[in-house]
Amino acid sequence: MALKFPIFMDAQSTTPCDPRVVEAMLPYFTEKFGHPASRNHPFGWEAEGAVDAARQRIASLLGARDPKELVFTSGGTEAINLALKGAAEMYREKGNHIVTTMIEQRAGLDTCKRLERQGFEVTYVPVRPSGLVDVDDVGRAITDRTILVSVMFANNEIGTLQDVAAIGKLAKARGVIFHTDATQAVGKVPVDVEAMGIDLLSCTAHLMYGPKGVGALYVRRRGPRVRLQPMLDGGGHERGMRSGTLPVPLIVGFGRAAELCAEGMPEEGARLARLRDRLQDMILSRVDEAFLNGDPARRLPHNLNISFAYVEGESVLMGLNKETALASGSACTSATLEPSYVIAALGASTELAHSSIRFSLHRFNTEEEVEFVGKRTIEVIGRLRDMSPLYELAKEGVDLKSIRWKAE
Amino acid sequence: MAYSDKVVDHYNNPRNVGSFGKETPGVGTGLVGAPECGDVMKLQIRVNLDTGVIEDAKFKTFGCGSAIASSSLATEWLKGKTVDEAAKIKNTDIVNELRLPPVKIHCSVLAEDAIRAALADYRDRYADKLDGAGAPVASA
Repeated sequence: MALKFPIFMDAQSTTPCDPRVVEAMLPYFTEKFGHPASRNHPFGWEAEGAVDAARQRIASLLGARDPKELVFTSGGTEAINLALKGAAEMYREKGNHIVTTMIEQRAGLDTCKRLERQGFEVTYVPVRPSGLVDVDDVGRAITDRTILVSVMFANNEIGTLQDVAAIGKLAKARGVIFHTDATQAVGKVPVDVEAMGIDLLSCTAHLMYGPKGVGALYVRRRGPRVRLQPMLDGGGHERGMRSGTLPVPLIVGFGRAAELCAEGMPEEGARLARLRDRLQDMILSRVDEAFLNGDPARRLPHNLNISFAYVEGESVLMGLNKETALASGSACTSATLEPSYVIAALGASTELAHSSIRFSLHRFNTEEEVEFVGKRTIEVIGRLRDMSPLYELAKEGVDLKSIRWKAE
Repeated sequence: MAYSDKVVDHYNNPRNVGSFGKETPGVGTGLVGAPECGDVMKLQIRVNLDTGVIEDAKFKTFGCGSAIASSSLATEWLKGKTVDEAAKIKNTDIVNELRLPPVKIHCSVLAEDAIRAALADYRDRYADKLDGAGAPVASA
């Protein structure tokens, strides 16, 4: 089969909508346009029915007992904000301490930073070189003032899967609410809020072949009943936790996406892991001083993150971007102009954070695409190393750490 | 961020990549930046010791596409200039030529630093053969 360019391998930034998702959504833009809160006419009933069906599908994907435990939001960022700020404000009387990790996505970290400015105390638990959080470290961080533990399910850069069930169990034993940012995991790997002791869970549709602009926060209703202070004032939709007219077409798409993920998860996960492993083997067997970031085993099946010593990430992406869309942890590719704090948290040198490349696969990637991307990546790394003064020095046997660098 | 055509051209067809042999006469080397900052440039000039003209220049850069383009352009501009003329190249010239966006201005600053460091190294090495400005001293 002929390759179609550009190839998309940046599926941890977003995924394409599955055509079946779009098909399910379309009628809800035009003939089925009702407001789900219109209780007194068929347009409203139809919209409410569609939202309920989608809610049921997403609840089922998460292992939630009751679809009412889902609160629709505008996406993952809002879900995380609502979970952290909503719980912090609601339980302020009980305590002012939050435990989270150093590798949460920006929505989690920046929300915690804001809460710190408002008088909360936050402990940022470090991770091991594999990216795994030591559950005992989380346990040690919890005090009698702790109200919330927030640990991401799967990391957005390195794909490392945390031991969520163990953290859930720990949080329950200590009487602390447990939130997990599962935006990267839901639809990709099994998630079960009951079995894993999750009280709050954030997810988003656009990372699981659904539309952009919709996400959900799972809020446990029983054992314990979790309450949140809403962030938006208004009509009291979503059990009072998130006012605002529900975006029915997006929710319908989210529901259909959840259904498709649930149906195909084992096969799709195995297929993507096979493709990912092929890409990893190709690159690591042919490029020296290329280092796998993250835990090789406890990892999302579609994630591959490699640091290529002596080359800078943006220059790698530039060499590939006519044909392939990838991501890097280099400063030049980040909005903050800082290199990846996730790779830095693994204990790697800052230079290797600048040199990290993330390949993230999706449902529609093919074997041919993987072969092509692997081959081109190897070529581009070779070309850039021929141009790299660091590679030249290293090959001459100079220890780069022995040089007194003149930074700007 | 979209790159300007000139940046893309220098990235795809970098001019003067490489290094001079250690024994080559008339060479000045600048090594600037730092690996942890994400960019390091090595820029070398080879000066004709009789005329004071830069006859050749080479670079190697660890950094983003704009850093590679800035150093590639610098080597192009250095060739044929005297040491004094070379010292007048400004980072803003590079910004204008490559149409670098504000977030990439530091790449041009680094290229200017690399030029200055190479010129300084040349002057250091060949100080006994040069007058104060870096031009060769006419032999009596």
